[in-house]
Amino acid sequence: MRAAARRWDGLLFVAPFLLLYCTILIYPLLKGIWLSLHRVDLFGQGTLVGFDNYARLIGDPTFGQSLINTFLVTLMVVPVLTVLALALALALNRATRDAAIFRGIFFSSSVLSVTIVTLIFRFILAPDAGLLGEIWQGLGWEPLPFLSHPDLTLPALAITTIWWSLGLPMMLFLAGLQQIPEDMYEAAALDNAGKWTTFWRVTLPSIRRTLILVVMLQTAAQLQMFGQAQLLTAGGPSGASRTTVLFLFEVAFGRWELGYASAAAEILFLIILGVTLTQYWLTGRDRESGR
Amino acid sequence: MAGLELHGVRKAFKGVQVLDGVDLTVAPREFIAFLGPSGSGKSTLLRIIAGLETADDGEVILEGRRIDTLPPGDRGVAMVFQHYALYPHMSVRENMAFGLKNARVPKPEIDGLIEDAARVLEINELLDRKPGQLSGGQRQRVAIGRAIVKKPKLFLLDEPLSNLDAALRLRTRVELAQLRQRVDAGVIMVTHDQAEAMTLADRIVVFNDRRIQQVAPPMEIYSRPANTFVARFVGSPAMTIIPGKLQNGSGHAAVRLGDGALIETAISRDGLPPGERIEIGLRPESVRVTRDGDVATTTAKVVLVERLGERSLVYAQLKDGTEITAEDSGLSTARSGDEIGLKIDGAAAHLFGADGTGYHRQDA
Ligand SMILES: Nc1ncnc2c1ncn2[C@@H]1O[C@H](COP(=O)(O)OP(=O)(O)OP(=O)(O)O)[C@@H](O)[C@H]1O
Ligand SMILES: [Mg+2]
Repeated sequence: MRAAARRWDGLLFVAPFLLLYCTILIYPLLKGIWLSLHRVDLFGQGTLVGFDNYARLIGDPTFGQSLINTFLVTLMVVPVLTVLALALALALNRATRDAAIFRGIFFSSSVLSVTIVTLIFRFILAPDAGLLGEIWQGLGWEPLPFLSHPDLTLPALAITTIWWSLGLPMMLFLAGLQQIPEDMYEAAALDNAGKWTTFWRVTLPSIRRTLILVVMLQTAAQLQMFGQAQLLTAGGPSGASRTTVLFLFEVAFGRWELGYASAAAEILFLIILGVTLTQYWLTGRDRESGR
Repeated sequence: MAGLELHGVRKAFKGVQVLDGVDLTVAPREFIAFLGPSGSGKSTLLRIIAGLETADDGEVILEGRRIDTLPPGDRGVAMVFQHYALYPHMSVRENMAFGLKNARVPKPEIDGLIEDAARVLEINELLDRKPGQLSGGQRQRVAIGRAIVKKPKLFLLDEPLSNLDAALRLRTRVELAQLRQRVDAGVIMVTHDQAEAMTLADRIVVFNDRRIQQVAPPMEIYSRPANTFVARFVGSPAMTIIPGKLQNGSGHAAVRLGDGALIETAISRDGLPPGERIEIGLRPESVRVTRDGDVATTTAKVVLVERLGERSLVYAQLKDGTEITAEDSGLSTARSGDEIGLKIDGAAAHLFGADGTGYHRQDA
């Protein structure tokens, strides 16, 4: 009796959170699943079609292409972004004034909205009037058609995304680096460890958790890439840069096939869940033995 | 050949001088303790020797080789850090092997060195654990082990026992003393703890005010302090130092205190600075509370009694207000406010000149 009463008392403390969690996360999730099993348009309740939407998706080449694009751009962004952010963090991990200023500058890009970022990169990447084009021409080369050639649009998206997203991982790495006690580096110096050895054997293992976190967060974020693709290239040319979220946006709000779009969203959700859980599992196994 | 030599070492941090012209010569295999108040530059000097800090000026020479220009790893020294600084993601074995691997020592040799050290330190069982799975005392041993396997010419220990509880501290102290017999290297240990310095060190270096105040074996530091700072700093409770007037005469010096008491010291009158102003230093054990029948040198009023069990410390005031610390038996009946007689053993007294320099009896 008493034990049961205590349990309910405890629940009261987390009730506000639970309520919020249910309304903004659980309910939409369930609603999405429900939608994905129906044929729904703007009007009316929709009709139950079972797994029809999923079956159609598997046969839809546009959806398949969008998944491939999404994976490709994620593969382009995440490793480069992680290495760059870590390199910057290592370079700026000191208490000088200059370092503080540069930290601010590199972080500032991430507070811009995607609209402004893509605008900036239009100016940089546009072949006729862009900054990169000018430089290319100044060197006597043909400017690269970043925004119109099917092989160059995904790299263009990746470059834009890397520039835009650098700030947060850099800050996470800086926070991780600052957790490493100074005397560990002193011990390494007395242990004859060179710069490279110190990095691989002392620094990197010490920020392993941050590294995992950054890779997982970025993977999950890039698999949901949308704004850049829509604003920079509108998914073109002929779908060469259409990401999955852009695909489901077009289906949902262009063709108003809400059920079909929801099914695509569920598949993407499962993919993201699968990828990040795999990363977690691959990197977190020796957790118990470590510390 | 000397083990370690320091010549004119100076160091300032942002314009604040921390070490000012430090000279020191350490014999090979000597155990040296750095003792001094907080902020007196002990750690800084240790880090300069290790190469973790660069001196502004001066030389560091180890076994005839100038090392202050070398990187830390090439100096032939090993350090045990106050917080151990073990690599948390490496096992104990890897922690100990890391420095040797970097120095390209062959694997079989590394294994042998680790086995030996582990046996001496009794950490064989722990070799495959991570530092996070060890107790404070065990980590301490691993940190010492990591230093030992490198076979350095000099061990540098910065307050190695300060993170241990009292019992473990005492045990580790004994172990350090035994260990010390086995390694063929000098040891420099920074410590706050006088007892640690007194029991372990061959010689103690007392730091204060940017300089070395005295370098001497423990008993000499205690019985022949070079100046008033050392006299007050070493010994607990601190030596009482009272101004007095040097009496005319030859032979041993006699000093009259402010309350009129005359103390005959065993210190030769020659060699004392001219003038009659002088300070007399008395350790509590040479100031006894009198019992019935004893002849008192002077009288005092009790301020506070500290009962330590086997003895009591009596903090008292002489008639002219000067404070003095005396000793009494554990069963002392003195209570604050009491009027007591004090018997001062003049033969054990120390004298200090106006500049603080200490003068002591010849044979002490
Ligand atoms: N990196 C530094 N930057 C600025 N000042 C420093 C630095 N390291 C030490 N100091 C200063 O130098 C002085 C000596 O410091 P040090 O650490 O050598 O003292 P210590 O004798 O080891 O003291 P403790 O017994 O408290 O460890 C202190 O006043 C300290 O504030
Ligand atoms: Mg210190």
